[in-house]
Amino acid sequence: MTQSSQPSKHSKPGRIRVVLAKVGLDGHDRGIKVVARSLRDAGMEVIYTGLWQSPEAVVRSAVQEDAGFLGLSFLSGSHTALMPKVFDALRAAGAAGDIDVIVGGIVPQDDYTMLEKLGVARVFGPGSGLADIVSFIQQRWARRTGESTVAR
Amino acid sequence: MTSHADQSPQAKYEADVAQSRQRAGAFTTLSGQPVEPLYTPADLGEFDYGEKLGYPGQFPFTRGIHSTMYRGRLWTMRQFAGFGTAEDTNERFKFLVAKGQTGLSVAFDLPTLMGVDSDHPTALGEVGRCGVAIDSLADMERLFDGIDLAAASVSMTINLPANILFAFYLAVARRQGVPWDKLRGTLQNDILKEYHAQNEYVYPPEPSVKLIVDSMAFCARHVPQFNPISISGYHIREAGSSAGQELAFTLADGFHYVEQGIKAGLDVDDFAPRLSYFFNAHSDFFEEIAKFRAARRIWARELRDRYGARQDRSLLMRCHAQTAGCSLTEQQPMVNVVRTAFEALSAVLGGTQSLHTNSMDETISLPTEDAVTLALRTQQVIACETGVANTIDPLGGSYFVESLTDRIEAEAYDIFRRIDEAGGMIAAIEQGFFRRSIAETAYRLARQIDAGERQVIGVNAFVEDAPPIPVHRIDPTTEERQVARLAELKRTRDGAAVGASLAKLKSVAAADGNTIEPMIEAAEAYATVGEMVDALKQVYGEYRGARDW
Repeated sequence: MTQSSQPSKHSKPGRIRVVLAKVGLDGHDRGIKVVARSLRDAGMEVIYTGLWQSPEAVVRSAVQEDAGFLGLSFLSGSHTALMPKVFDALRAAGAAGDIDVIVGGIVPQDDYTMLEKLGVARVFGPGSGLADIVSFIQQRWARRTGESTVAR
Repeated sequence: MTSHADQSPQAKYEADVAQSRQRAGAFTTLSGQPVEPLYTPADLGEFDYGEKLGYPGQFPFTRGIHSTMYRGRLWTMRQFAGFGTAEDTNERFKFLVAKGQTGLSVAFDLPTLMGVDSDHPTALGEVGRCGVAIDSLADMERLFDGIDLAAASVSMTINLPANILFAFYLAVARRQGVPWDKLRGTLQNDILKEYHAQNEYVYPPEPSVKLIVDSMAFCARHVPQFNPISISGYHIREAGSSAGQELAFTLADGFHYVEQGIKAGLDVDDFAPRLSYFFNAHSDFFEEIAKFRAARRIWARELRDRYGARQDRSLLMRCHAQTAGCSLTEQQPMVNVVRTAFEALSAVLGGTQSLHTNSMDETISLPTEDAVTLALRTQQVIACETGVANTIDPLGGSYFVESLTDRIEAEAYDIFRRIDEAGGMIAAIEQGFFRRSIAETAYRLARQIDAGERQVIGVNAFVEDAPPIPVHRIDPTTEERQVARLAELKRTRDGAAVGASLAKLKSVAAADGNTIEPMIEAAEAYATVGEMVDALKQVYGEYRGARDW
């Protein structure tokens, strides 16, 4: 895995960097690999951490990779226990505002609010279109990089 | 009008078709194989009935493994269940037994499947969630409390720590006073597909397979009515493979187990009759039927010709089937009932021995009781109302189905050749051959759906909002209760006996001995699943898997 020494805080627009991760014991990785390929085919730089990561490790990867987005996939229901830990780790790393967090997989509708309150930018449930995921990230990135230019 | 008197029926048909309208889009199976508009005897060429089909219950078993098939006995309707603590699942089992069900099927939670205890940090949020939490023999005793293991047939979906859970089971039987030769049931215990698809493994492939050979040898000698493996294509398909890949990878796994059994000095006719299979029943109706039929034919031929099996019982492929979870949609979930019904019908027409039908709400959570009941009723309608169970292999002889059966069989042999070229099963795993092939196919299908080339009702066709359906919730206190119980066990058991039994397990494993006996001893000392897995990790090492994207 490559490391960038200088986190840029995304001040210059460039290739969108996305870290995708599976945390916990859940080994369902069909969806996340499909999403990984589709983001890469859309021109993004994609780092997939592989299975069985801890919340701290995926946040570390996202920070080291200077990622604008962190995507996590859950199919076993453990998002309720693990997503708060991901946000704890993001805050501990001082990266909570810099990285947009996206969740995909099997998530009951009732849990969407809980995840959004934590700070999840968007939940993509079963049947989500690949093109929709790509355009969500692109638009969000355009808005963020646009804003940061204006702020300067 | 010109006269058609000189024109053959075939020429006239072709001329008619050439002038007629066709629906837009490609005509292919779900796996991407082209499909012709019409099949005729010309598609079968020189079709030798005896060689290709034979009679049911006879080589090559294409038409079914029993002479009577469903006229003798219907398939077993075996619904997979497990949740919460051992008591929760025990209560459900007793309810099912009281209703006359004799086949139990245990779903374990993710920590158990991964060989970690409920108190391990990685188990957080997973204890008792997707299945029942089992840490030690104490939990297994509670799971089967009041259930006579001499009368029940118990299927256990467990792979990485399968031998350990089997040791728990044998220990429970011993305590119940049930002789092991009376035990009937099935362990999934198929580690190869974990490397290909499901990702529940921890040791490297070779020692993992050796553990399976241990259970094959142990069962052949001590638990002769128990199926030590259910060689599974289900998860390979769920991970995104095509029907042909599912068929070929699964059979290749089966051949590998046979080869390792023979290499370990077992007689193929002593263990092959106890190898069983588990396939997916996906949504392309005829392709699935062809897959089941081709699977039996290939297995019978290879067991006889390549592995020298002499008994018919070694040649016939018994299988379980489950409808395709990955075909279900969160959108308009009631439609999932319809999908599942067609998929189940394909498994029945394919000649399965047992069947699990998925519930409509499984893209959202574990199923509710109402949803499970409806899924079971779906099988009962097929069995009792449609009439399809009255005739054996009713599609046998169909030009289309026989063509598909031949084609998927040829595809499987082509894939076997590629595995051989890669250097065999273990080398192909290490090169990521299976994982990459599956991921490629999954991506292709996802792109087709995204582009609207393949329609999925509710997702990219006939989209509309549907009212929400009830969601099954797991008791949030389960994890806490299970962790407390494990702490209590660790406090009260004889720690020295546990340590000694784990040391013995390690030394037997290091000396390449059969691990089942020392696992039973460790089980009886109340060593946990996680402790035994950790002990074996020290001997075998850990494996992180091949890169696959």
